[in-house]
Amino acid sequence: MAEIEPLKNNDVDLKKVEFTQVDQPGSVGLFGHMKGFWVTFSTIFKRPETVEYPEVKVPTQERFHGRHQLNRHPDGLEKCIGCELCAWACPADAIYVEGADNTEEHRMSPGERYGKVYQINYLRCVFCGLCIEACPTRALTMINEYELADDSREKLIFEKDDLLGPLRAGMLMPPHPMYPGMDDKNYYRGEVTEAHPSQDVK
Amino acid sequence: MSTTEIVDMITVVIDGFEVSVPKGTLIIRAAEQLGIQIPRFCDHPLLDPVGACRQCLVDIEINGHAFAKPQASCTIPVEPGMIVKTQLTSVVADKAQKGVMELLLINHPLDCPVCDKGGECPLQNQAMSNGQGQTRFEGTKRTFEKPVNISSQVLLDRERCILCARCTRFSDQIASDPFITLNERGALQQVGIYEKVPFKSYFSGNSVQICPVGALTGASYRFRARPFDLVSTPSACEHCASGCDMRTDVRRGKTLRRLAGDDPTVNEEWNCDKGRWAFKYITAIDRLTHPLVRNDAGVLVEASWPEALAAAAKGLKENTSAVLVGGRATYEDAYGYSKFARVALGTNDIDFRSRLSSDEEREFLAAHVVGSSTTYRDIDRADHVLLVGFEPEEESPIVFLRLNKQFRKRALKVTAVASKLSIGVDKLKGEFVKVAPGQEAAAIAKAALTSQSIILVGERASESAGALTAIAALADSTGAKIAWIPRRAGERGALEAGAIGNLLPGGRPVADAAARVDIAALWGTSTLPSSNGRSSDEIIAAVHSGDIAALLVGGVDPLDGNNSAAALAALERAFVVCLEIAPSEVTMRANVVLPVAAITEKSGSFLNWEGRARSFDAAVDESLNRSDLRILSMIAQEMGAALNLGTVRAAAKEIASLGPWDGARVSMKAVSAAKAPALKADQFILNSWRRLLDLGTLQKGEENLAGTARQTIAVISPSRAQVMGVTDGDLLKISTAQGSVTLAALVEDIHDDAVWAPRNSRGSQLLVNLGVGHGAVVTVVKL
Repeated sequence: MAEIEPLKNNDVDLKKVEFTQVDQPGSVGLFGHMKGFWVTFSTIFKRPETVEYPEVKVPTQERFHGRHQLNRHPDGLEKCIGCELCAWACPADAIYVEGADNTEEHRMSPGERYGKVYQINYLRCVFCGLCIEACPTRALTMINEYELADDSREKLIFEKDDLLGPLRAGMLMPPHPMYPGMDDKNYYRGEVTEAHPSQDVK
Repeated sequence: MSTTEIVDMITVVIDGFEVSVPKGTLIIRAAEQLGIQIPRFCDHPLLDPVGACRQCLVDIEINGHAFAKPQASCTIPVEPGMIVKTQLTSVVADKAQKGVMELLLINHPLDCPVCDKGGECPLQNQAMSNGQGQTRFEGTKRTFEKPVNISSQVLLDRERCILCARCTRFSDQIASDPFITLNERGALQQVGIYEKVPFKSYFSGNSVQICPVGALTGASYRFRARPFDLVSTPSACEHCASGCDMRTDVRRGKTLRRLAGDDPTVNEEWNCDKGRWAFKYITAIDRLTHPLVRNDAGVLVEASWPEALAAAAKGLKENTSAVLVGGRATYEDAYGYSKFARVALGTNDIDFRSRLSSDEEREFLAAHVVGSSTTYRDIDRADHVLLVGFEPEEESPIVFLRLNKQFRKRALKVTAVASKLSIGVDKLKGEFVKVAPGQEAAAIAKAALTSQSIILVGERASESAGALTAIAALADSTGAKIAWIPRRAGERGALEAGAIGNLLPGGRPVADAAARVDIAALWGTSTLPSSNGRSSDEIIAAVHSGDIAALLVGGVDPLDGNNSAAALAALERAFVVCLEIAPSEVTMRANVVLPVAAITEKSGSFLNWEGRARSFDAAVDESLNRSDLRILSMIAQEMGAALNLGTVRAAAKEIASLGPWDGARVSMKAVSAAKAPALKADQFILNSWRRLLDLGTLQKGEENLAGTARQTIAVISPSRAQVMGVTDGDLLKISTAQGSVTLAALVEDIHDDAVWAPRNSRGSQLLVNLGVGHGAVVTVVKL
């Protein structure tokens, strides 16, 4: 093999560059053409897949990775403990969390700690679901909502209020105390099933 | 002078590799020399070995005789002929370590997601690296109530504790504050405080830092962040002259915590609680964001930078001006003020001592302190340490830790010339030479020192006439070294930078023509003012007499001085340009206010009491605030003078090019001690100092820290108490013509003529309330 000399300057003389002929496939013949057109022809008799979105919406698969939701315990307290493991797991650095102390007067979640600030930046999120795997309390899950387009960067950074799940029957809006006689461990074991009247402090 | 210490070396074999280490080295340290990491929790290089956690078990064989079972490598020193097999080469050691880890984790709660230590936890990390990943324990974990406040700043979570005894050993061995201990036995063994006595140590934060699990946490950092959120910057402490190496952790432009850095020559991995936790002042106080200029109607209004600089330059140029710079400026900033005074204002009227001070002190600093280099190492070698006007634990805590270390190690002799026996000196079992406030000089002259001794002089020595003269004479006659330890971080730097009336930068005397030529050549000016400048007290007097009409003030609290009423009136009277981070008594009275960068927002350096440079970088990069130096350069430019100090680097380079002064020093005029005043039955002489944790400006916004401050009390002697019928807890009213304070009494070892009260604590701000700080005659009555 000849030694390759480096180019003296950055000019490339096209005349000196060797071009290689790429092999072209031969003629497909008449049968080949008919085979191709058959796909077109047979589709005429099939039901169209087109959906008149957004007037018509098709449900996603059950496990589709859509928008995140911050879940609540059955009495309304938040499950998020502000541990930032989701932010740690996130490969896109889309999640920002700040934790804070729960106090007797201001309790947002069972236990000592709650998530004071919770933001997900949907411009960054790749919907991989690693945050869901990392969450130690099942506070963070994904729902099937996929309509996440908007017209500004600010609107696509979802705050805690945007992400929190709705208050369902039997839930009270935190802050409120824990279920009487129960501690955070009872909550994690699923022993709290609804709010107790004494928790309604407002 | 450096001495080579001859040490016996011992060669041992660890995991098949030979290593030679000094006699007495522990096996775990010898393994580190080879890069072999033996897992450990209780072991700490600066604490005595205890072998509490049993995690560092290794197989040991000496001259063919093997120990029957694995041994703790953190308690056994190396011996000749020793063969050590760690977890890397011994199956038995590895199994033993895994077993210990499994046992430690049995009662350890699965708190990692909510625990502050998560992510930087030695237990978490070593459970991953040296644990077995599985537990055979199926029972219920032991639980405790959590967390318990063992002080207003430190929280204890007993469930997480693995009983390594690092915190208790630190408190006992390093801080001599044995307020926490291990209680109970067996599975219920737990760290506890004495009943009803909180963990009120000035060094409690170190226990939090060295806790290998999340059992001890600080209230102010609790749940704020994870280690991976934080951007760490090496920094230096701005609180006192000890000069601690620090680490500042910032999350999104906000300082969340500060940790002690590791500098074996200075703070040895420790710092005090003030340095660790008092940083919220930067964000807690209303920061100045825009320049302010007083308009024709006499109201301070926001102005643009060019407008404010023009107003400042005009006022300073048209009037005879002087400079007052506080003791908190960095070395480079102080140099900027020093150069500004000489080059732009053409005066030597500059003084960094915004506190009680004297002319005797100024001469003492020029004659004996500037350019000197007594160090922590000298304390390590000293045979006798004399403390004058200096309370190490309150005024320079790391100096106290060093004294305490030497006291514990080799019973270092400490003598304190003071009126009151302080808690710190009591811990050092120091000899207490009891004198009436103001009569220190006679006692100093009698001290028996040698050439190996050190005299630690506090800034308060200036408050007793003749004390510094006596110290200088004592050092001359005995050969003992002098170390001046001011309270504020910037004072030594300001002294070296010439921010004082009788010295130019680098310790060059103003009165020396050769020194002036040196500096004039460096600065490119034709002449420098040749007469000694005024001191801060004289500057204030000169404003009142009309000799000075404009003041440049940077980082000064006028209430710290000798006569706060006169200082405030002077600020009202003069044209004042003020460089400050937040609204203060000075900015309220200023004509032009220029906002400057706080310590985390700029780079620079401090000189600690040794004269050692402690440099730091900006921890927060987002700040647009400028350093004092930059702003002084801009004002000078506006005035038509060239300061040429645009950046900290430029200033540092200029300072470095100056070099030390090798000419004659200023000689000191002897000052004789004041005569003891005659006292009536209800009269006392006031004695006081500032406590570490008090109402200082830099401690604002940190309530948890303030909660660990010592109780505000007034101390009188047993014999006077008996005459007055006072017992502990009775209320005493201390009064002068200006005002009074009422404090709970404490009967303690103090000179009969003296009454002691903290100078700036809650309920006892003596300089403001009484108008005097030390040595004045006050009236004390029982309420």
